[in-house]
Amino acid sequence: MDETTYIAAFIAVAAVATFATRVIPFLFFERHTDHPLVQHLGRYLPASVMALLAVIFLQRSASWTGSVPGLDALVPGLLVVCLHLWRGNALLSIAAGTASYMMLKQTGILGA
Amino acid sequence: MNHSVFRLTLPILFGYLPLGMAFGVLFATQLDFAWWIAPLMGILIFAGAGQILAVSLLAAGAGLVEVFVAMFVLNARHLFYGLSLLGQFRGAGWRKLYLIFGLTDETYSLLTSRPRGADRAYEQTVDFRITAFNQSYWVIGCTLGAVLADNVVFDSTGIEFALVALFIVLTLEQFKALGDSFPIWTGAAAAGTAMVVIPPAHQLIGAIGIVTMVLLLHYRRSEARRKDGEVSHG
Repeated sequence: MDETTYIAAFIAVAAVATFATRVIPFLFFERHTDHPLVQHLGRYLPASVMALLAVIFLQRSASWTGSVPGLDALVPGLLVVCLHLWRGNALLSIAAGTASYMMLKQTGILGA
Repeated sequence: MNHSVFRLTLPILFGYLPLGMAFGVLFATQLDFAWWIAPLMGILIFAGAGQILAVSLLAAGAGLVEVFVAMFVLNARHLFYGLSLLGQFRGAGWRKLYLIFGLTDETYSLLTSRPRGADRAYEQTVDFRITAFNQSYWVIGCTLGAVLADNVVFDSTGIEFALVALFIVLTLEQFKALGDSFPIWTGAAAAGTAMVVIPPAHQLIGAIGIVTMVLLLHYRRSEARRKDGEVSHG
């Protein structure tokens, strides 16, 4: 498969997979909206998935070989948590967390 | 109408521009494709986390089955978004397909939190414009990131942390909306378990599997308790 075919196929597959996750409830759950199991999963699963994505990607952002392992990601992560609990402004929390992580990475403070 | 839609979507503009740019910069600095592929992905895929994941999949030359599974699993949370919008999108005609296509985390939170009048057709037109405005911010961000990364000297090391920060923010928002920390701790513990026992490539799907099993048990227990309660209260 050459480069052009690969990127075209890649985008098509990624687009279909993403659309599938969004359209499936409308195709299959429309008649079962009131089923208690559907409601239970609909209620709790997003929160669990969000938390596991945060934990897994936080761990992957961290450098575990520095003088204080993991701190380069944990500090910006904690900043996001505190700022968001304090101000509740999603953009501010994301921007500040990202900026502090970039600063830590680029200056090499915390041995990252 | 456009003016009020713009005001309503302004926070999304501020969120999507840097995030779209983060994707565009990542795309341009880590891959060798033409810059316009980045906005094309914003038009056809329209998924923040999904597109950033796509950069690492492209860099790794991932197989198409792997791509499908990875994108589906990463976006699996969207499976439950539609549940809250089944009624609102009913009868939206040709618009319905685009409304569903554009159901990102941010669009979903706007559509489910804004006040609605009795005129469903009018509200669906507003929903449609909100979705279209959001996607245009995203595509502009993707374009700027991909173009600037090639032409401006800018050390973007670490910019991908925007994604981690977004997940943390969404976790806190979920906790606020639910008022229950059980699913949060379940997700975090499942992630911890998966990171210890499963190789990195399969940790996400493994952790979501663990979470689903725990929530099924949680459902059965709360059902049993509810039935017990009904019996004992006669």
